[in-house]
Amino acid sequence: MTQTPLDAIDRALIVATQDGLPLVPRPYETIGAQIGISGGEVTCRLQAMLANGIIRRIGAVPNHYAIGWTANGMTVWDVADERVDELGALVGALDFVTHCYRRPRALPDWPYNLFAMVHGSSRQEVGDKALRIAELLGQACRASDILYSTRILKKTGLRI
Amino acid sequence: MPELDAVDRQIIAKMQGDFPLCERPYAAVAEVLDIPEGDLLIRLQRLLDTRVLTRFGPMMQVERMGGAFVLAALAVPEARYDAVAALVNALPQVAHNYRREHAFNMWFVLATETPEGIAEAIVRIEGDTGLKVHAFPKEREYFVEMKLAVRQ
Repeated sequence: MTQTPLDAIDRALIVATQDGLPLVPRPYETIGAQIGISGGEVTCRLQAMLANGIIRRIGAVPNHYAIGWTANGMTVWDVADERVDELGALVGALDFVTHCYRRPRALPDWPYNLFAMVHGSSRQEVGDKALRIAELLGQACRASDILYSTRILKKTGLRI
Repeated sequence: MPELDAVDRQIIAKMQGDFPLCERPYAAVAEVLDIPEGDLLIRLQRLLDTRVLTRFGPMMQVERMGGAFVLAALAVPEARYDAVAALVNALPQVAHNYRREHAFNMWFVLATETPEGIAEAIVRIEGDTGLKVHAFPKEREYFVEMKLAVRQ
C-alpha cells in the first residue's frame, strides 16, 4: 500500500479535526484559525488527503443500534486457503456485507480466516444473510460461526 | 435510544459521507435537505450529544500514513469483564471495542501511527490485564463500506 508521510500542517489538521468538525457555519475557517492557516488551505489539504487515501471520507458515523440495525454479527469462516481470495471477493460484493477481510487463523482456538460483518434488524435476519454466505462458500468452507455484538464498549475512532 | 424524526433520518443518511469542502458546508447540506442551516447545526449537536452519531469529521486510513490498524480479541472472565473493559478502553490506541458472544468475548481495534505501536499496545494490554491478546491483522481487504441506511 502506498504510504504518504504527513507534513507538520497535515498532522496538526488531523489532530484538530479528529474529535469532530466544529458545528459552526464556517468550520474550516475555525479549524484553520486554531492551527494558523486559512480556511481555504484547510479545504485544499483535506481534498488532497482524500485524493491520496489518507482520509477515507468526511462524514458522520452513526451508532448502528440507534438507527435500527440492532443485530450486528461478525460472521467468520474457515475457508480453504487456495480459494479464500476468490470467494472473499464474492462475499465482499454481497450488498449486505459492510466489511470483509482475510485474517490469520489462531489455531487451535480460532480456525477462521474470512471475516464478514453483517447487520440486520434481528438475529434472524443476520442468520438468514449468513446462510447466503454459506451457500456461496459451499464446500470450500469447513466451519463457521456468528459472533453477535451485545454492547459497544468504545467507539471513538483513531487518535493520533 | 432517542426517537428520530424524518428530518433526523435524512440528516444521518446525508451526513455519512461526502461532506462538502466549501466555505459554508453546513449551509450546502442544509440546502439539499431543504432546512435552515441553523436547524441542521442544532439537530447535529443533538444527534452527537445523544450518541446517535458517534463521530463526525474526517475518517483516517491509518495505513496510508505509515500506521497500522489491527483487530484483536481477548477471552475475558465474566467476573472481571467491566474492569478489563476499563483497562482496555483507557488506551488511546483502542479505536473501538465491542462485547461479543463467544469465548473470545471482547473484540477491539488498535490503531497506531507506527506498526511498532501495535506491538507496544498489545504488550501493555497483556501486562495490565494478565490476559493473552489474540491479534488478527488484516491480510487482505475485500470490501469496506461503513454507510448504513437509517432503518427504523
